[in-house]
Amino acid sequence: MFYRENGQFKTTYREDQQIFPIAQDRIAMVVLLAVGFLLVPMLSSEYMFRAIFIPFLIFALAAVGVNILVGYCGQISLGSGAFMAVGAYAAYNFFVRIDGIPLLVALVLGGLCAMVFGILFGLPSLRVKGLYLAVATLAAQFFADWMFLRVQWFTNYSPSGSVSVNNLQVFGLSLESPLAKYLFCLSVLVVVALLAKNLVRGAVGREWMAIRDMDVAAAVIGIRPMFAKLSAFAVSSFVVGMAGALWAFIYLGAWEPAAFSVDQSFKLLFMVIIGGMGSIVGSFFGAAFIVVLPIFLNQFLPFITGIFGVEISTAGVSHAELMIFGGLIVWFLIVEPHGLAKLWSIAKQKLRLWPFPH
Amino acid sequence: MKLRKLVLASALVAAGASVLMAGNAMAQSKEQFIPVLSYRTGPYAPNGVPWANGYVDYLKLVNARGGINGVKLAFEECETGYDTARSVECYERLKSKGSSFVQPLSTGATFAITEKAPNDKIPVVTVGYGRSESADGSVFKWNFPIAGTYWVAADAIIQAIGQKEGGLDKLKGKKISLVYHDSPFGKEPIPLLQERAAMHGFNLTLLPVTAPGVEQKATWLQVRQNKPDYVVLWGWGVMNSTAIKEAQATGYPREKMYGVWWAGAEPDVKDVADGAKGYNAVTMQHGAEPQSKLVKDVLATIHGKGQGTGPKEEVGQVLYMRGAMSAMLGVEGIRAAQERFGKGKVMTGEQVRWGLENLNLTQPKLDALGFAGVMRPVSTSCMDHMGANWARIHTWDGKGWKFTSEWIQADEQILKPLVKTVAAKYAADKKLTPRTPADCQS
Repeated sequence: MFYRENGQFKTTYREDQQIFPIAQDRIAMVVLLAVGFLLVPMLSSEYMFRAIFIPFLIFALAAVGVNILVGYCGQISLGSGAFMAVGAYAAYNFFVRIDGIPLLVALVLGGLCAMVFGILFGLPSLRVKGLYLAVATLAAQFFADWMFLRVQWFTNYSPSGSVSVNNLQVFGLSLESPLAKYLFCLSVLVVVALLAKNLVRGAVGREWMAIRDMDVAAAVIGIRPMFAKLSAFAVSSFVVGMAGALWAFIYLGAWEPAAFSVDQSFKLLFMVIIGGMGSIVGSFFGAAFIVVLPIFLNQFLPFITGIFGVEISTAGVSHAELMIFGGLIVWFLIVEPHGLAKLWSIAKQKLRLWPFPH
Repeated sequence: MKLRKLVLASALVAAGASVLMAGNAMAQSKEQFIPVLSYRTGPYAPNGVPWANGYVDYLKLVNARGGINGVKLAFEECETGYDTARSVECYERLKSKGSSFVQPLSTGATFAITEKAPNDKIPVVTVGYGRSESADGSVFKWNFPIAGTYWVAADAIIQAIGQKEGGLDKLKGKKISLVYHDSPFGKEPIPLLQERAAMHGFNLTLLPVTAPGVEQKATWLQVRQNKPDYVVLWGWGVMNSTAIKEAQATGYPREKMYGVWWAGAEPDVKDVADGAKGYNAVTMQHGAEPQSKLVKDVLATIHGKGQGTGPKEEVGQVLYMRGAMSAMLGVEGIRAAQERFGKGKVMTGEQVRWGLENLNLTQPKLDALGFAGVMRPVSTSCMDHMGANWARIHTWDGKGWKFTSEWIQADEQILKPLVKTVAAKYAADKKLTPRTPADCQS
């Protein structure tokens, strides 16, 4: 009833090609941003910020990055954890070695280092495809694990190999309070997501998708596979690297290489697959699913069993959490193999006809 | 359609319930709240479970004995799976309930929480693990590695080896290999061992094992080629039993292997049973003590009423005792705080910090708590957050762990300067000003 574009006529190309051609979508986006920037800060407790929202935002950012590579360009990567690690350690080194460097600059430089690393480990993609590429990118993961454990220079010669940062500031404002951290992460995410959305809508994005759908055909019509694949690796690892730096700086504060283990790579890949390959909004759904759902289940299960007067042990809860979580993943993938983003777009389609379906 | 409605309905219920739960969390109780971060699942669960059982049982025992001057303890367990991100989530979740202190039980989580705790005013108690330099209370105001650190453990091992050889001077020219878990936890003893190697002139070879440590063939090949006189095993979880099996396979004598205390409990050797006979490990004020008064008390008052946390047979095993003494040190910190800030009151994190810093557990006090024969006195101060540096070696005889050494005291002459320099570097990196003696009064 409310969600339909009847009567919204486009008179210019510009109007026709904007990100949200339908007025209702634009309003919804503004409302969402207002909720994110105003309502959530007013209503949330410290726990919500620190344990739910900040990890969600950072992983959403990382998932956007991985989605560009895996979802848009079709290059399966298991090296995302390594790109995060390179971003984090590079930003750390800039931060501690150059006195007075602004945090944002360190983050961007960290992202750039991850980009170079990503291009380097993206080179095999020019020759190998699909699962073989996944195995090749796994090398990046092991290389990064090895590098940050063994090369002492990267960890500033700390005896235990674990590093930490503090006194974070942006434009003179302290980033100590959870609210400031949240707003900082949200701002970075909004900016990057907007850039990413525009990239995938533009010429580069179309090249990526052409390569994904059929690389031979893409090459025949004049798309340079090398440029397309490596640019996807570059953009993706830049974003993932930034996310890694945020994860280390903002969420953990002190970290060891294990924080960016192969588990993170798998997690990010699952986020993209469950959220929806080739969809920016899907990255957000995927991140919410993987980050928030286990925590929610963990707190919700004892509550539910409590209602029925059954006390469930901590180990029991966490076993049940894993089982339900696994079950949900399978269920969602069966119901909608194209991910949560597809469910979302189906819902939007239905909403257009509601309440009078044919 | 039906299914969809069901999903929608359950989502709504879930959302509503979470709001309710948030409300519950706000309700503060009159009890002293203690968060319990534990890992009962995941690759390290075999070691995490007995520790958590001991920890929780001790808290139950305190309540059964009437609480701390009448203040009952409330606690909630949160499963971390030894994952740093989940540990931080647990820390944040339980913090909102008013944590008295937190015991992160993982080196990674200790590092992350150390950065957060001063802002939250929650003391971080890391009994025997965490960062060794945090013993320096003038830099690490909120960290309490009470009753030993990894450096103490490493020092005790070298001294035990020295005793076996008939004097530390006999170590000259010997070869000692450190087989370690390649993580901050495993790297922790290296500075101390290097210091000792330079002092006594033994050769130290470092053999890292990639986590989790199921693949050690290459490492033990090096051991076979290198033929070290002793192997120090800085292992964790599945790495320990694998190492012992590899030692058996390569024919390296288990008598010449010394493990850290995370590599010296029943789960580590049970699978290899006879193959591990003669294997040694360091213990820091804990160890299998099935005959101690504490164990009898727990069995009588907790397990006797069917309120025990784990299997009855495991009460009094090595890591169970470790959990119990970790809980005891925290609880005694609260008690010490009550003695200054008011008996029978609920203490804040800041007050508990004072208590932990002014802990004075004399032998009679420990005996009264049921720790006679288990522990030695612990007394902390503003500058020294460790409080005791005694350790013992125990040896697996195929069926159980038996103590095979007297109490060994780590050498202050070596520890102190090392703690000071590393802590000073931390302070310089962080631009912290160390606390002055005046600050200690607060």
